[in-house]
Amino acid sequence: MKIYLPKDASARALGADAVADTIAALAPDATLTRTGTRGMTWLEPLLEIEINGVRHGFGPVEPADIADILDDPLGHAKSLGPVHDIAFFKAQTRLTFARVGVIDPTDISAYAAHGGLSGLRRALTMRDEAMINEVKESGLRGRGGAGFPTGIKWDTVRLAPADQKYIICNADEGDSGTFADRMLMEGDPFCLIEGMVIAGLAVGATRGYVYLRSEYPDAIATMTAAVIVARENGLLGDVLGSGHQFDMDIRTGAGAYVCGEETSLLNSLEGKRGVVRAKPPLPAIHGFLGKPTVVNNVISLASIPTIFANGAAAYAAQGLGRSRGTIPVQLAGNVKYGGLFEAGFGMTLGALVNDIGGGTATGRPVKAVQIGGPLGAFFAPHQFDTPFGYEEFDGAGGLIGHAGLTVFDDSADMLGMARFAMEFCAVESCGKCTPCRIGAVRGVETLDRMAAGDPAAQEVLEDLCETMRDGSLCALGGFTPYPVMSALRLFPDEFAPQKEAAE
Amino acid sequence: MPDAIQTEQIAAILTDHNGYEGPLLPILHAIQAEFGMIPEWAVPQIAQHLNIGRAEVHGVVTFYHDFRDAPTGRHVVKICRAEACKAMGGDALAATALEKLNTGWHGTTANGAVTVEPVYCLGLCSCAPAAMVDGRLIGRLDAEKLDAALAGVNT
Repeated sequence: MKIYLPKDASARALGADAVADTIAALAPDATLTRTGTRGMTWLEPLLEIEINGVRHGFGPVEPADIADILDDPLGHAKSLGPVHDIAFFKAQTRLTFARVGVIDPTDISAYAAHGGLSGLRRALTMRDEAMINEVKESGLRGRGGAGFPTGIKWDTVRLAPADQKYIICNADEGDSGTFADRMLMEGDPFCLIEGMVIAGLAVGATRGYVYLRSEYPDAIATMTAAVIVARENGLLGDVLGSGHQFDMDIRTGAGAYVCGEETSLLNSLEGKRGVVRAKPPLPAIHGFLGKPTVVNNVISLASIPTIFANGAAAYAAQGLGRSRGTIPVQLAGNVKYGGLFEAGFGMTLGALVNDIGGGTATGRPVKAVQIGGPLGAFFAPHQFDTPFGYEEFDGAGGLIGHAGLTVFDDSADMLGMARFAMEFCAVESCGKCTPCRIGAVRGVETLDRMAAGDPAAQEVLEDLCETMRDGSLCALGGFTPYPVMSALRLFPDEFAPQKEAAE
Repeated sequence: MPDAIQTEQIAAILTDHNGYEGPLLPILHAIQAEFGMIPEWAVPQIAQHLNIGRAEVHGVVTFYHDFRDAPTGRHVVKICRAEACKAMGGDALAATALEKLNTGWHGTTANGAVTVEPVYCLGLCSCAPAAMVDGRLIGRLDAEKLDAALAGVNT
């Protein structure tokens, strides 16, 4: 009997390891493969048993369920039928996450058997310019949030003359409501490694680093193990025996949110304080140790293998407007069906929250959705017709960021959320620029004045947000006004001076 | 002040990282793994080895939330304070935890058993609220799971 069970951090946080122990005790002859997660977190731990060649799902399972499931799988109350037929899964277009939840993450033969390495093999037959054109034609834009065209960034590095160039993967996924990077690294680490190798071939870089946040110990362990396996199997080093060199290492962050900003990340990687650098010079010209450097998010790099395996046109066929390809939307917070949903750009926010996500977990009305992490704007239900795309969200006064959707029900305290945005900025500010360092502290104070009923405070807050937005060096100070001002605009009553109770 | 053995231990960690590009963070992680903190007396030794100023090493140690100047309690409870966990009642659970342990954020219980740290996102946002107890992740945290987790460590 073939049994599959995720070892993704979310599944483990919900008891998957105890389930695995029970399976080992009750069915010692079965083959248990620990995989990544399918991304249907509300069903975790999601057990899968292969029946007549089809993987059937069971979930959420507890150790006490195992004996009965093994005894009569299809008759069990927690039987979900074939996993591919679960509506949430069936509605997706899984390109970047095709193998996540399917294979043992550090089994490189399983990786190759499920389409892995075919992108790299094709890349090895191409000249560097042709590789860059492939990325440009795919329309891929930075999935970390900024949305900069990946092909143009790569070309800048390719054309920069240097004795050493670097590929740096930004895996400092600090935004609340996002976990796509973690899920990819824990579920299909070779996909990221393959993407980095292709990037190295395209721009002429021979060294790479993944800067991975310390809050993700499972991802660190999986990536570290995968790099060793990749080296042993010729994916790293002399790349597939081609004569091209590329090797990489995993580096651990140290709990600073601002290091998700690319120039802070480079300073941190160099062993300095994670302080933002002024741009220009761009990292593409003057990056890690002063050398030309590609800094790309995990999902950007992990999308590269599918683009090369199936061609740029197939990738660009998905999407909306200037947002091409697929986006892994993360449904988080107070949502009934939480998890990761990969689909072409263009679905409306309402479809994602209500149809795919099933509304709130508490069953109460949706009050607001924060999109793109702590620096993202709140959206209210009347904006739910906004299609998911870079320009479309920009036009609606927000940003898609790393595509995390944090849902709040009607009990959310919006002034409290605005205050938290400022508080978070104050805690995490690198301290280099004044609007962020001082502004965030003043922002907390001003919101406290508003909470106390000071009618003069709102004007100060608006002015402060403008200064932070226009005057900050990076997105931390520059975008903190998004959640603050969107909360104020959407829910002005919660910020209004309280009427005197005695009158 | 460090004894000869401790100086040796630091020297070994420093040597292990020869040839690293940007070695300081990996060195600090290794020292903290060994000593449970970054001892102040190690700073001059690190600076000397890397040929950088003591102030620069001090600056890096104090910049990052992870590096500690004092050891933690015997157990570490990290509770997520970020938005997705707030949306699922994380604040109330955090307040309960701090009250039960009779300490504040970054504080250690009087018996030296538990240090409580805030964490801004464990990436468990689709099974919020989340916490981490001595490296073990807990999703869909509720009062019952919190009680069990605290009972297991606060001794």
